[in-house]
Amino acid sequence: MMLVTAIVKPFKLDDVKHTLHELGVDGMTVSEVQGHGRQRGHTEVYRGAEYVVDFVPKVRIEVVVDDETAVQVVDAVTAAARTGQIGDGKIWTVPVQDVVRIRTGERGPDAL
Amino acid sequence: MHVDTGDTAWLLASAALVLFMTPGLALFYGGMVRAKNVLAMMVQNLGAIAVVSVVWALVAYSLAFGPDAGGGFIGTLHLAGLAHATAPVPGLHLAVPPLAFAVFQMMFAVITAALLTGAGADRMRFSGFLVFAAIWVVVVYAPIAHWVFSPQGWLYQRGVLDFAGGNVVEVDSGASALALAVVLGRRHGWPRDVMAPHSLPLTVVGAGILWFGWFGFNAGSALASGQLAAQAFVSTQLAACTGLLGWILVEHRRTGHATTLGAASGAVAGLVAITPACGFVNSMAALLIGFLGGVTGVLAVSAKFRLGYDDSLDVVGVHGACGVVGTLALGLLAMHGAGAHLLGEQALAVAASIAWAFTLTYLVAQLVQRTVGLRVTPQIEVEGLDTVIHAEAAYDFGNVRATRLG
Amino acid sequence: MKLVTAVIKPFKLDDVKTALETFGVHGLTVSEVSGYGRQKGHTEVYRGAEYQVDFVPKVRLDVVVADDDAADVVDVIVKAASTGQIGDGKVWTTPVDELVRVRTGERGPDAL
Repeated sequence: MMLVTAIVKPFKLDDVKHTLHELGVDGMTVSEVQGHGRQRGHTEVYRGAEYVVDFVPKVRIEVVVDDETAVQVVDAVTAAARTGQIGDGKIWTVPVQDVVRIRTGERGPDAL
Repeated sequence: MHVDTGDTAWLLASAALVLFMTPGLALFYGGMVRAKNVLAMMVQNLGAIAVVSVVWALVAYSLAFGPDAGGGFIGTLHLAGLAHATAPVPGLHLAVPPLAFAVFQMMFAVITAALLTGAGADRMRFSGFLVFAAIWVVVVYAPIAHWVFSPQGWLYQRGVLDFAGGNVVEVDSGASALALAVVLGRRHGWPRDVMAPHSLPLTVVGAGILWFGWFGFNAGSALASGQLAAQAFVSTQLAACTGLLGWILVEHRRTGHATTLGAASGAVAGLVAITPACGFVNSMAALLIGFLGGVTGVLAVSAKFRLGYDDSLDVVGVHGACGVVGTLALGLLAMHGAGAHLLGEQALAVAASIAWAFTLTYLVAQLVQRTVGLRVTPQIEVEGLDTVIHAEAAYDFGNVRATRLG
Repeated sequence: MKLVTAVIKPFKLDDVKTALETFGVHGLTVSEVSGYGRQKGHTEVYRGAEYQVDFVPKVRLDVVVADDDAADVVDVIVKAASTGQIGDGKVWTTPVDELVRVRTGERGPDAL
């Protein structure tokens, strides 16, 4: 099993959600995070005091899936989240040793 | 001339109340836009206060209330720069200093222009809007004010009744908003994308301030402190209440929910509808007119989706439609002179206001768009007006944010 | 070492925290996230415009533990976070390569 993590532009969340749906992945966890990379932030000015805001709002999407689905998820999400502009984000996978569905206690692939 | 201190005190207080409505509008609208654009909405309203007040004092007051230039169409520039400030206002026999009248009317021009920020929400340039507002007050607002409010105006002369601005403010802003929305075009992603209000608490506070200020708007238009002001005041309150109830009643039947936004909007719709009528109808008629306003509003705001124009914050639906309903209802419910003839004159006033406001606003908006620029670029629209145009962010809840420069 | 990640219902955070402390785990990171699964969201209406809100507020806990403790920690969390209703969440573990305590520079199991 794999944990697939994607950092994407916030307005791309809907597209990614639909893509995951089509792959049969119905559950995900979404967090609002701040990204910092080559995409420039912006400057703010308050009564002459200037601030540089380097962080850009991003959305992090995490799903736990079986190994085969993980490859499909990475490809599909990459396509769905891409705009071609700096700041599109990244996707990575890490292996998952164990997963449990809290409501029922099911473990492993049954919990996916 | 005789100056009645009671009348003057009430008129000056009313002027302040009406001014307060524009910051109230900033909150009302601000809460309805997305967080990334809230400051732009609010500063456009502040900017409207600044620009329109100055233009009013320089020329627009004279065009609206100065001696008629001929035909009851427009005033001369005799009172430009608030000159002859102690001479009686042409055609009016008031017991207040003319300057008090001038500044009271100034606030009406301010809020009417400010209403247009609602039609252009999320996509209008700040500089473009300021230029637009300055021109609009002169070529759209002042003429209609002259026709209806000035005793020398052609519609006034025909017996059209408009106590506080059903035509001059509400129908005018509604028709102007439609033209502005059409020239600006739809927002990127409308109507598909989620564009829900980001802070309804702001909107409710704003609605409360509008309601409060409207007593100055309506009862102040009695231009005197006494029975007429009292009647207008009471009618205003009753209409706001039945407007609120009417809106949420219909809303609940249609969607299954009575919403906060619906309640706030319904109160405003009732207030809009009673604006032309408040001093001319009795209290029970006010209950009815307010209710008609609320019901009209809740139904009218769906029109934009069917007809395809992006009037972001429903200026056409709430101010335009409810203003028309109130103005026409007055033709049948006025305490003096109600009937088919008056109804006909009211309809003429509505038609003339819509025609003039829509056409001239369309032209002014096109002119500004092609010179200074009125709509922001798509990149700015997606990123948000606040950070790009104003270099500010409205909310700072986090720890991860910024570094100080310089 | 293992990273144990749990996505749970927000009102269960206190119970889970207490249970972990009783077990002997004193440090954790908590984030507010949005979950999407079989638990339905709700509809919102603004002047006749309807929006479907599919995401449900959740809390994510992250804690790094020793290999031997991982299975027990998972059980502790599952028991404390369970209500038996849809939307209870999931717990999973992933291997951790490196761990450092920032204050002291301690590495590996010493940093737990």
